[in-house]
Formats: sequence, C-alpha cells, structure tokens
Amino acid sequence: MCTLEKRGNIYLLTLTGSGEHRFNPSLLSSLRATLSSLLSSSHAPNAALITCAEGKFFSNGFDQSWVRSAPPSQHRIISDLLRGLISDYLLLPMPTVCAITGHAAAAGCALVLAHDYVVMREDRGFFYMSELDVGLKFVKYFGVLFNEKIPDNQTRRDVLLRSARLTAREAMDRGIVDRVAQGIEGTIEEAVRLSEEVAVAVSDGSKLAEKRKLMFSETWRHVSAAAGSKL
Amino acid sequence: MCTLEKRGRVLILTLTGSGEHRLGPDLISSLRSALATARSDPSAAALVTAGEGRFFSNGLDLAWAKNSSEGLSTLVRLVKPLIADLISLPMPTVAAVTGHAAAAGMMIAVAHDYVYMRGDRGVLYMSELDIGLPFPDYFMDLMQAKITDPRTLRDVTLRAKKITGTEAKERGIVDKVCQSASEVVAEAVKMAEELAGRNWDKGVYASIRMSVYPKLCKSLEIPEESDEAVTKHFASRL
Repeated sequence: MCTLEKRGNIYLLTLTGSGEHRFNPSLLSSLRATLSSLLSSSHAPNAALITCAEGKFFSNGFDQSWVRSAPPSQHRIISDLLRGLISDYLLLPMPTVCAITGHAAAAGCALVLAHDYVVMREDRGFFYMSELDVGLKFVKYFGVLFNEKIPDNQTRRDVLLRSARLTAREAMDRGIVDRVAQGIEGTIEEAVRLSEEVAVAVSDGSKLAEKRKLMFSETWRHVSAAAGSKL
Repeated sequence: MCTLEKRGRVLILTLTGSGEHRLGPDLISSLRSALATARSDPSAAALVTAGEGRFFSNGLDLAWAKNSSEGLSTLVRLVKPLIADLISLPMPTVAAVTGHAAAAGMMIAVAHDYVYMRGDRGVLYMSELDIGLPFPDYFMDLMQAKITDPRTLRDVTLRAKKITGTEAKERGIVDKVCQSASEVVAEAVKMAEELAGRNWDKGVYASIRMSVYPKLCKSLEIPEESDEAVTKHFASRL
C-alpha cells in the first residue's frame, strides 16, 4: 500500500503499485500508521517528508467500490480516516512536500493540499477536483481546507465550482503548486531539492506544527477531532 | 422592472429601462420573483443577468428611502435575501455588467459565479465611503469572499475606487472584458451555454458553491447541509 524510505534526512513516503491509489480503510490506515511512527519518533534537525506515488496516478480519490460494498453505517469511516490523515500531516514536526507524480483527483487533491509544498509533474497528469462532474458534494472539512489553501476566489471557483482540470503549469501559475518537473523521477528529485532548501530553516520541528495550526486554524479545527485517534 | 427570457437552457434576467435600475422594494421583489421562477424551472441550467442602458445598477433607491418612513435600513434588509437567492441558486450564474455597477448594484454583480464586464464604458464602484454610508455586514462578507486580493479589496472599500472592466479583470474581480454591451451579453450567454452543457447536478452545484463560500452563506442565513446528509448523498450516488 505504501512504503517509507530514507534518503539522508529526508523521508520518502510512496503510494505503491500501478493502480489508482484510491482511499479505502486499508490504504488510509497504512498511511496513518506510517505518519504515526514519524510523529512518535525523534528526527534529525533537517528532516522533511515527501509523499509520492508509483504509476500513472498520485491518487484518484475515495474508493467508491469499497463504499458500494460497505454497509451505510460504515461510509463515514473513509472520510474520517482522511480527516485524521490530514491532521497527522499538519502535526508533523518537519516540512512536508507533495510530489504529484501522476493524476490527482478529488480526495487525492485534498491530500496534496495537506502538504506545506507541492511539486507537480509537468509532462503528464492533472490536478482535478472531479466531484462536480461526477455529482458528489463535499463534507465540510474539504471546503475549509480548500478555502485556506487556495484563497484566490477565481482559482478556487475554477477548481471546485467548474471542475477544471489543471495542468502542472496552470496549477503553478495559479498558486497551487510551487514547482514543476519532468517525469516521475524528475518530480521526486525536485521535491528532494525543495525539501533540502526548506528543511535547513527548521531547527525545531515541533514549532512547525504549532504554526500550521495557527495558519490553517479553521482546517485544524475541522480535522483535529480525529487527531491521535485510531480507526 | 425586469424580464426573464429563456434561450435553450439559459435564462436571461434583464434589468429593463434606460434608468439607473436602483434597488427599491418593487425592483427587489421583481428580481426575487424572477429568481424563484429560475429556481423552479427544471430545464433551466444557467442564468445570465444583464442591464439595459447606461447602468447595470446604481445601487439602493436612496430617493425612495428618503421619502419613506422605513428608510434605508429597510432596503438593506430587503436586498439581503436577494443576494442569498443568487448565492443559493442551483445553477451557474454569469453577470453581464453592461454599465455602471455601484454599491448594492456592484454587490448584485459580484454575487454571480462569473462576472463579465464591458471595458469600453462603465465602472464598478463601492460609493459608500464617498457618500457617508456604512457597509451592511453581508456586503463586507460578499466582498471578502469574492475580492480576495488584499490591495484590490482595500482600494474598493477604503478608497472607493472606480474600477473599469479592464482593471477589474487585471485585479481578479472580472473574468472577461468585452468591447460593448451587446458583446458582453453575447459572451456571457455563450459561457452560460458552455456551463449548462456540463450537465451538472443542480443540487450538487448549489451545495459545492456553499462549500466554496461557507462564511458568506452563513452571513446570508442560507441553511447549511450536515456532513451526515452529504455522506448519505454520496452513498445514494454510487
């Protein structure tokens, strides 16, 4: 489902396999467990976390076939798990960089925005909030996260209310993505470079989490009910 | 006062006549009635709002307020649900700003999802500072939701700047600038047709708009949807 490796002081969290990396309880729990281990251990001062994926997709959102097979009383589990995962990212005592190595859609975009920095593959892949196109509404914390991470009205409107498919370059021009790069490996390498640049400034990682909670206070308020909880 | 015309799946709401289209009780009521018709038309998939003549709308009917015992606060109170109607309309909305849009008139314009404006003539102008009037809370909430560049918001609210269509496009208030009133209406209708052609579920559209503007919807007292209701909807769609 996912692997964690270290390159120097930088952790590389990879969504493994050639599939769509859709969010079901297994994948989300694996990711939470991985982040939980990072939250509870100590790190070198210049640590950083990069999240990336194998294959054509970064993540295509919630696993709808899982939802179809689960009883209605269980449906909110994946939403709550993603909420918890986002709170884990906000609490990490190191800068976080998302390397969008393939298509990011729907809830996959929410995971991207949970990161401090975003590098996106330019030669392939879209950033696409598909919900309007497929007829799905947002739970509150999604709207709040997008409001705090994409404050520009026209960009947020195009992403959420027009279901625009953004290329990496468009996403960068519009302030969603920090850098673009070529190919999966190139995107990860650029993410490593960016991590090295930003991690130098962070001498005490725990202060980073506190600052995120202040900066994204509404998001924190909506996701923090799940912080530290296990599912 | 206003007309509602249908072209295919697009409804065109026009503020009629060569006057300033100032918002008094009658015009507000006509507009709300037209929007209620739009809301309940199952085949309507997008709305364009335009004005005839030199003005889109020059704001509240201050003359009416002066002559009435109820005054300005009544008009402020009556415009709020009109703005709420636009923000909760279950279809994409495009304003075709065909002339000056000032104060409450500018609020009507920016309450649309997309704002198209002519560049050859007309300004967006929050005149309140110049004429010594305060902003109602919901005006400020609407401006903060739609004008997200801080310096532009400052220029609009604290400098009462008159902003042309071209400048408004550069500063992120307007989506497209056209060269005449008829062109802005034609382009707005074209955009509305494109948006209608996406065949979005109208209830989902309205719900997502609320997710984009949660604070504004609260200010306008538009009822919220619970996460529980959304989760149930998710399941029902699959």
